[in-house]
Amino acid sequence: MLRVTGLTKSYRSAGEDVAVLRGVDLAVATGESVALTGESGSGKSTLLHLIAGLDAADSGEIALADTVVSGLSDAGRAELRRDRLGLVFQQFNLIPSLSVADNLVFQSRIAGRHDAAWHDELVERLGLKNLLRRYPEQLSGGQQQRVAIGRALAPKPLLLLADEPTGNLDEDTADEVLHLARDLVVRTGCGFLMVTHSARLAATLDRQINLHAGVIA
Amino acid sequence: MSASGTITRRAFAGGALALALGGKTFAQGFAGLGENAEGFAAVTPGKPFVFPVDHGPHPEFRIEWWYVTANLSDTSGAAYGAQWTLFRQTMKPGGPAEGWANQQLWMGHAAVTSATTHRFSETFARGGVEQAGVVAMPFHAWIDAWEMRGLDAFDAQHIAPIELKASAADFSTTLRLDADRALVLQGDHGYSRKSDRGQASYYYSQPFYKASGRIVIDDRPVDVTGVAWMDREWSSQPLAADQTGWDWFSLHLPGDEKLMLYRLRQKDGRENLFGNWITPDGRSTEIAASGNSITPTATTEIDGRKLPTSWHVTLPARGLAIETTPLNPRSWMGTSFPYWEGPIRFSGSHAGFGYLEMTGY
Amino acid sequence: MRRPLWILAVLLSHWRRHPMQLATLLIGLISATALWSGVQALNQQARIAYDRAAATFGGARTAVLVSKDSATFPQQLFVDLRRAGWPVSPMLEGRVQIDGRSFRLLGVEPVTLPSEVGNAPAVGRGSLQTFVTPPGEMLVAGETLRDLGLKEGERPQASGTSLPPLRVQAELAPGVLVVDIGIAQDILKMPGQVSRLLVGKSKGKSKAPHATLESVAGDKLRLVEPSAESDLERLTDSFHLNLTAFGLLSFFVGLFIVNSAIGLAFEQRLPMLRTLRACGVSARMLNTVLVIELVSLALVAGLIGLVCGYFIAAALLPDVAASLRGLYGAQIAGQLSLKPVWWFAGITISILGALAAAAASLAKAIRMPVLATAQPQAWQQAQRRWLIFQSAAALAVFAVAAALIQFGDSLIAGFAVLAALMLGAALILPMVLQIALAIGQRSARAPVGIWFWADSRQQLSGLSLALMALLLALAVNVGVGTMVESFSRTFLVWLDGRLAADVYISAASDTQAKQIKAWLHDRPEVEAILPGGRADTQLDGAPIEVLGLPDHATYRDNWPLLESTANAWVRLRPGDACLVSEQLSRRMKLAIGDHIEVPAPGGDWPLEIVGIYADYGNPKGQIAVNFAALTRRFPQTPQTRLGLRVAPDKIAPLITALQATFGLDDRSVADQATMKRESKRVFNRTFSVTAALNAFTLGVAGIALLTSLLTLANSRLPQLAPLWAIGLTRRRLAALELLKTMAVALITALFALPLGLLVAWCLLAIVNVKAFGWRLPFHVFPLQLIELLAVAMAAALCAAALPVARLARMQPATLIRTFVNER
Repeated sequence: MLRVTGLTKSYRSAGEDVAVLRGVDLAVATGESVALTGESGSGKSTLLHLIAGLDAADSGEIALADTVVSGLSDAGRAELRRDRLGLVFQQFNLIPSLSVADNLVFQSRIAGRHDAAWHDELVERLGLKNLLRRYPEQLSGGQQQRVAIGRALAPKPLLLLADEPTGNLDEDTADEVLHLARDLVVRTGCGFLMVTHSARLAATLDRQINLHAGVIA
Repeated sequence: MSASGTITRRAFAGGALALALGGKTFAQGFAGLGENAEGFAAVTPGKPFVFPVDHGPHPEFRIEWWYVTANLSDTSGAAYGAQWTLFRQTMKPGGPAEGWANQQLWMGHAAVTSATTHRFSETFARGGVEQAGVVAMPFHAWIDAWEMRGLDAFDAQHIAPIELKASAADFSTTLRLDADRALVLQGDHGYSRKSDRGQASYYYSQPFYKASGRIVIDDRPVDVTGVAWMDREWSSQPLAADQTGWDWFSLHLPGDEKLMLYRLRQKDGRENLFGNWITPDGRSTEIAASGNSITPTATTEIDGRKLPTSWHVTLPARGLAIETTPLNPRSWMGTSFPYWEGPIRFSGSHAGFGYLEMTGY
Repeated sequence: MRRPLWILAVLLSHWRRHPMQLATLLIGLISATALWSGVQALNQQARIAYDRAAATFGGARTAVLVSKDSATFPQQLFVDLRRAGWPVSPMLEGRVQIDGRSFRLLGVEPVTLPSEVGNAPAVGRGSLQTFVTPPGEMLVAGETLRDLGLKEGERPQASGTSLPPLRVQAELAPGVLVVDIGIAQDILKMPGQVSRLLVGKSKGKSKAPHATLESVAGDKLRLVEPSAESDLERLTDSFHLNLTAFGLLSFFVGLFIVNSAIGLAFEQRLPMLRTLRACGVSARMLNTVLVIELVSLALVAGLIGLVCGYFIAAALLPDVAASLRGLYGAQIAGQLSLKPVWWFAGITISILGALAAAAASLAKAIRMPVLATAQPQAWQQAQRRWLIFQSAAALAVFAVAAALIQFGDSLIAGFAVLAALMLGAALILPMVLQIALAIGQRSARAPVGIWFWADSRQQLSGLSLALMALLLALAVNVGVGTMVESFSRTFLVWLDGRLAADVYISAASDTQAKQIKAWLHDRPEVEAILPGGRADTQLDGAPIEVLGLPDHATYRDNWPLLESTANAWVRLRPGDACLVSEQLSRRMKLAIGDHIEVPAPGGDWPLEIVGIYADYGNPKGQIAVNFAALTRRFPQTPQTRLGLRVAPDKIAPLITALQATFGLDDRSVADQATMKRESKRVFNRTFSVTAALNAFTLGVAGIALLTSLLTLANSRLPQLAPLWAIGLTRRRLAALELLKTMAVALITALFALPLGLLVAWCLLAIVNVKAFGWRLPFHVFPLQLIELLAVAMAAALCAAALPVARLARMQPATLIRTFVNER
């Protein structure tokens, strides 16, 4: 479902081009959960951002289902994120001025893919029922990340992308949040690609890919 | 009485003045022609006319006019008409006051008409300051630069010869009028009855003028000759309150016969026809009170009003049955109080030309 | 359509959580719109009044025929011209005294009045006759009726005679009485005389043929063509330019607030905007919705601002009206009436202002990458480049100002000099601050001291707009304050000289004046009777006054002259020399020794100029001559004004006796003290609008500073947190922050003082001379400057107090979070 071939990306820093990705090939099948690991600076976050269409690659191709992501314009990539992808970040990135309930429905609303039954199920499974009226700043880290996962999955995306989703959480909470995420991925049948530096968490997913010096090790 | 709906013939409209002042509320009724004449002199039968004194103003009467219409043609035979009118109104009864306190108001109208063009102008003046006035001897009637002046050898009985001048932005007229016969008293020896209720005026005419002079339209001068007709009339209350307007004809018949004929219309739809038949020797006879008729045959729409500009006229006792047509159906006097006045032609039992005036439409 | 609404709702949710921010944004927009549209409303109101006055029976909008010497002429000329085909209408103008107040009486001739003369008397049903036949009717504006305290139909008394019954006609200008020409000739006792003839326009394509003017009237009359601009408009232009300049200044200061509020909101919403983009909102959609949000806010604020503007205008209108009456004799109605275009323009200016103020933030949003990259620490280079660019621009603007001073010769140029000075100063302010702070940094030894100065410098870019607003507001305050104070001093000294007599009498008529004089001759306490008189004529087509001064020591010793020949007062005696007012001398470029020819009823009057005197507050040019000479040359001059020299202790009983004997009211007889009090009152009202707008501007600048500091306070946490972490207490940090704000505010204020004095000099030496025709001496008032400095520091303290107090009370957790949140 997701196929990445020959992806390269370099950044300019202090007057020099630094190659971050040097020809990455990668595939994630429907319903498969994959962990992307590697040390700091290995380019795993950059790869995730390229797949999410948050940035453009220098060369290579990213294809999601029948869509070639790397060939889309900014507006097209935004549409793809809105309708086909779910994104979860280390910083949770909730909208501080919206309540939990509004944060949850926000993406599915602008995608025009709001499904009341699925929404209720998400609230139930994520244990957010009593938190709906709160604001993000009134939640713990684990709670915030549960809301972020709910927001990402509310439009029923094809692929859930997570960038160190548990990086700001303690070990127990991290396990709990990841467990929930995996369950929901299975429930929706979407693909799941998670960047993590934790071998322990990576081991809980179907497959592990290690990125080293810009190529798949 | 609305100002626009009830104008009558030769309505010297005090109201018109007020319109010129910017106030539309002044509707004293086209001169209060139908208003109470209390405090003013009354018109009674049997008045002996004295000339030249009666050519001058009669300020003890409410309204008065000096009215000349001329049927003219140029050397190529093209027809023209010209009008020159001076109206006088006394605003308030009582002896004439000095200076600006004088109660007299004056209004002048002038117009020239051709088959394709009709030009008109109006002007106003207060009495007491010599801006307008009439002097019987030597005869002189004026308002601003418009004037009618007795020339050398002026004969008061003929009210001739006189020179007549008017000018406006887009036309001017200069005419000399000569007459070889005496003026003619209208109605019953100059007493012209307008209703059964005592409304009347003093009325005399000079229908026998020969005219010559020059008309200028848009800086193009035309030398003209023809005939002209002067009406002199004064009264304090010439119309009854329910009389709404009139249709007035002055006709130059073949063989120097003249016909003055008018119809007064009433609110209830009834109408009265009056007139005098004048023979070449100046004998003036009132036409019969019944049996005669005038009937519109065609109308022209001007400013949203329907005006009967063509007529069928019959005087069976005189063997007259004619059709009249206007020289220019758009001879509209769009003055402060508007009316239709212009030259006409007629044919049938008699053929000739004259003037038609219609008010109150 | 649902999608943008959802995005808009998300954007708006920010304001719900930050109502104070929304309030500042709205306050900025509201105050900008309110002050701007308030001033516009005042200008518009005044312009309507001038139009009304100008259109009063022709006024300046109709061609007129006047006599060569501007005196009245026989109405026979009117009749002659009419009979020669000229479409003229006579008019007689004079003044009548009702209850000691002077009104302009216009006699018109309604029958010949040209129809294009807008507000001809709407003579009602049957009332042409009522209007023209004695006693006639007197048409007045509603305001005049109220001023007179009479009702319609009542007959005011003037000099013992009854004037015609009053009738209201709304379109008339206030202070004008309209009667029939015949009635006017009676009232003014000028039978058969007219002042001028209005020339009507011909309706047709070409002019009606008429004889030449010379062939009818000889050389008695001359034709004055209509002017598009009325005298009042010309005279009052400067005043309105002044108001507009203030409105504009307040508008820009208001936009500074909007700018900082939007800047703050943008900074705070940056993560939200990124999240929105990450969740699939395209950049174009986001930017569109941001603009829609801004326009909606501007619309709401604009409407509120307009309402406030209306109230500001309504509140200031009496003062504006008083100013205009005091300065120019222009009558403005006390009721505000506004055209729809005003509302439309107000909303438009609010939206445009908001967009302009938000331009930088919007541009940032458009260029914003979805991914937050590490902040480059290159702010220092960027700031330096920007500073150099700004300073270069400032120098260019200063060069323009210098060129304008050198070559400009108009009021507009004067204001342009002011604008250029202020703009240049605002642009160069950051550089001035930078240099001052750099000097501070170099002199610091302790690490905290070095940090203090260095951090202040870094803060500059965020504060500079607010500081510019403060600079401008302060400079204008100094400038205007200095000007008003200079004027006030000069005016009072001048008034002392001008009002040298002890008692002033204005008799109802020449006859009464003679009686009063005879009575006064027998009073031993009266040391001198000083008759005075004034005639109106024209010089070079402009109306001037000719003032008659008696030959007396009172004048020789006290009357203030700006320059004169050695024996000026003696030179006046024979009646062939005159003094001219400063305004007139500037307008006509007259100097001592010049000769002028003044049109007088008996022919031109040649005069040599032997002195120039100040005549503050008089819109008309004036010349002063010997009183006896004046009455010889202008025999019609009313001799109703008397000044008396009286021993001080005898003044009050004498006035009482005068009032009792001649039935004079307070307006007709007054002592010097009363006259001075009255003059000062008028003077103070004249500048109360300026003072009010001044205060408004300073207030708005204070708000701008506050909002800027609030903005900075939030974004500065990351800079402060490390200092806290290494051991500075929150209290110490707060104190340092306060000190920093006060330091930059003080530098700004100190910079504002010389700038303000420069502004004052421009106002006195350029703007006043062009606007009013007088140049005032330039004084510096140190106390006033200190006071203003204190006010500025207090404003800065107030503005800084709130964010600093917040910092002092801040939870440690909030400071810690700045480390955690850094991405």
